[in-house]
Amino acid sequence: MAKYSESGLDRTFAALVDPTRRAILARLEREEHLSVSHLAQPFAIKLPAVMKHLAVLEDAGLISRSKLGRTVTVRLRPEPMRQALQWLQRYERLWSGSLDRLAAYAEGRERAARKAGP
Amino acid sequence: MTSLTLVRRIRARPSIVFAALTTAEGLRAWMGPDAGPVLLAQSDARAGGRYRVRFRMLNGSEHESAGEFLEVIEPRRLVMSWQWVHGGEPSEAREVSRIEIELKPVDIGTELTFTHSRLQSEVSRASHERGWRGAFDKLVRHLEEST
Repeated sequence: MAKYSESGLDRTFAALVDPTRRAILARLEREEHLSVSHLAQPFAIKLPAVMKHLAVLEDAGLISRSKLGRTVTVRLRPEPMRQALQWLQRYERLWSGSLDRLAAYAEGRERAARKAGP
Repeated sequence: MTSLTLVRRIRARPSIVFAALTTAEGLRAWMGPDAGPVLLAQSDARAGGRYRVRFRMLNGSEHESAGEFLEVIEPRRLVMSWQWVHGGEPSEAREVSRIEIELKPVDIGTELTFTHSRLQSEVSRASHERGWRGAFDKLVRHLEEST
């Protein structure tokens, strides 16, 4: 099980707990990049609240913001998501490998029991 | 994802699978994700009894976990706590998670349903909110395709 940045992972999960922030990410997934005002439109919250959510997402490294003139553009950043997924996949590998070995062992025992006969 | 569920169909009767899961001899035979050896296996398979297992992976890293048997219903159900005491996931060094195993007799032998739940508190909280897992999956799939 490889080493990774724990605090970074904590921040990723903490950022993902909030439904509005997940909705923002889902929207960025569909539209690639958006201005902050466009991004705020579908949400029933005020712009300052959206800005706060964006700050949390940016702190977790899930988005980047760039300013051109008066327009702030928001983009999705994949790396923290990939790290979070790798954490989950390590558990899947641990148990998938172990259960394959368990099955092989039990099947060997079953064959031995049948050979021994009743 | 707060929990991980895996299903295996095994060509062995439930009592044999159950013994493989609960005896030290059984644990020694399969614990660990690759062909690395099990270094230590102890098991007192009764409600309130404890187990301890340590394995080395082919990359040389060693991992040890310990826990308590919470339910032992031979040969169909097993619940235990799980805690890393060495290696494993550093972020969960003090966290206690839960493993639940159901064995169902089927034509070829046994259907085993394995669930590891209560993984990491932030993830647990997140999973209580509907749609998290689905949204997360979709997002990651998209990111993998687009990069």
